[in-house]
Amino acid sequence: MGTPLCVPFEGGRPRMNSGHIATLSTLDMAIIAIYFLGVLGIGFYLKRFAKTGEDFFLAGREMTAWVAGLAFLSANLGSLELLGWAGSSYQYGILAAHWYWIGAIPAMVLLGIVMMPFYYISKTHSVPGYLQLRYGRAASGLSAISFAAMTVLMSGVNMYAMAVVMKVVLGWNIHFSIWVSSVTVGIYVAAGGLYSAIFNEVLQFFLIWFGALLIPVFGLIETGGWSGMVARIQKNFPGQDYTHLWSTLGRFQDNPMGMHWTGIVFGLGAILSMGYWTTDFLVVQRVLAAKDLRSARIAPIIGSFFKMAVPLIVILPGLLGLAVLPEHLFPESGLQAGQHSYNEVLPLMLARYFGPGLLGLGVTALVAGFMAGMAGNVSAFATVWTYDIYRPFLRKRAPDAHYVSMGRWCTMIGLVISIGTAYLAMGFASIMDYVQALFSFFIAPLFGTVLLGMLWKRITPAGGFWGLLAGTGSSVAMFIVVKIDPSMLSVIALSPNAKALAEDMYRALWSSLFGILVTIAVSMVTKPKTHAELEGLVYDIVHWPRERHPTLLGKPVFWGVVALGMLVILQWIFW
Amino acid sequence: MKHEKLLPVWFFVGLLLGVYGILIFVSGLAEWSSPPNTVLAELHAPVWWGALLTVIGVIYTVAFRPRGR
Repeated sequence: MGTPLCVPFEGGRPRMNSGHIATLSTLDMAIIAIYFLGVLGIGFYLKRFAKTGEDFFLAGREMTAWVAGLAFLSANLGSLELLGWAGSSYQYGILAAHWYWIGAIPAMVLLGIVMMPFYYISKTHSVPGYLQLRYGRAASGLSAISFAAMTVLMSGVNMYAMAVVMKVVLGWNIHFSIWVSSVTVGIYVAAGGLYSAIFNEVLQFFLIWFGALLIPVFGLIETGGWSGMVARIQKNFPGQDYTHLWSTLGRFQDNPMGMHWTGIVFGLGAILSMGYWTTDFLVVQRVLAAKDLRSARIAPIIGSFFKMAVPLIVILPGLLGLAVLPEHLFPESGLQAGQHSYNEVLPLMLARYFGPGLLGLGVTALVAGFMAGMAGNVSAFATVWTYDIYRPFLRKRAPDAHYVSMGRWCTMIGLVISIGTAYLAMGFASIMDYVQALFSFFIAPLFGTVLLGMLWKRITPAGGFWGLLAGTGSSVAMFIVVKIDPSMLSVIALSPNAKALAEDMYRALWSSLFGILVTIAVSMVTKPKTHAELEGLVYDIVHWPRERHPTLLGKPVFWGVVALGMLVILQWIFW
Repeated sequence: MKHEKLLPVWFFVGLLLGVYGILIFVSGLAEWSSPPNTVLAELHAPVWWGALLTVIGVIYTVAFRPRGR
């Protein structure tokens, strides 16, 4: 899954000769087999509906707001995310919840209220497609090529991470996991296109909730509720605060994340999350499949309510792990025989509470999450390759059926490249960190470029291209500088006590601001597009369609305000 | 041109949850007298969680089942 909001998942090399965490019964195996057969069956069923380009790449633009909203959320809710953030909550405490709250909700609301109308009214099929209309081929091509490359790389990393987890948790053979999962994903996405990807994301949403919700229920029963859990954590880890969201963020050295509140508010909340949730085509594609503008606007806001609840099944199990697990967990690097890493906290909690049947459901939820992550990546790759690279640069005019055929082939080719990446990751464990960083280079600067283009007609095609390039270049430069001289982290993140996650936040902030400055500066000295050319692409040159929902409850703005209100209440409760 | 109406995804969600619910519920009943060696096994979670999944699965399957023309 290609989210820069996900901490680098330290898959590492599988630990040979170490006992695995759980053993599956025949019933558990049957539950997993039923899932595989089910998704293949659904893929074959959906093939008959994926005839045209709009069907295959945009699921016929007939998804309801609820389906689009759940798929939008689930495209991000892969197992890499679940295991990684559960591990992070064990490592950093409730601070990890920032990535689900301030690091997601405002951006989702912004997408629904402000940005979605531009994507939808312009009838674009992708985010690079919008850049093509607004800025021309140069900016679009840069965005499309970087997105396509990063997407297949992330798909491979996802695949490898799944294989490692299955090896560590269940003792499964790594090659078996990689090939069975990728062949299954390849068959059902090539058959039904985005229809298949979205249907499986919605299935995965339910599986993850029903497979994981019992962990916090059992955990809170065992610890005697929230206060009992906090007391046990304080006893197990004296002197450390794992259960406050903001009160430890006044200084870098006061919290286990090495973070300052400015990094969370400005780096994560204002830049990185905005970039991911509003311009990463992997998630935006799900909303573009909505049946009308109102559904497309409300879908991300529906997703935001569920996103707010995800810490229940991700962050809380990590905190409960701090309270109830008899042994301490450690970072993947330097792990010794018999020890478990932070990233294994969720499987350890599964094995602690779940017997036959429930264990199969929990493991199926993890497998479904991994496969949905792969499917999301390859379906987005197929769309961007076909519509934003192949069609504009290689074959401009071809029958629609030709592009659908190209999309199907791209799905399979994307998976083959992903398998190659998975084996590459196996040889170079640190490749995961680099791919994650590479992806983030393009996301943060893209947000400034897209938003400026939507809101200000004076921004020119040259400004958009050079701003994007400057933002990306500055991000890469900062990354390299810190790799060469780690002491530079204190300059970029403003403190010698800052840690890796703080670096990501401040790097995103500075690169995005630099990209915005360059976009504006270049625009001031170059020629803007005409009024007619910007029709439907910029805020004051859009004819807004009249909506037939005059009641308060029918307005996306109302629900957006409710979501933001709930976000504020959560911050206050866990301050 | 499409000749067939797309079945809602909720129907498939209902089928999957229903099948899983029945399997987990039955396994919970079967292990009632000798629960697995897990923490809080005495709560017999597979029975009530399986029953919940079955009920939700049946509701979704019936509400979104394919209907004749």
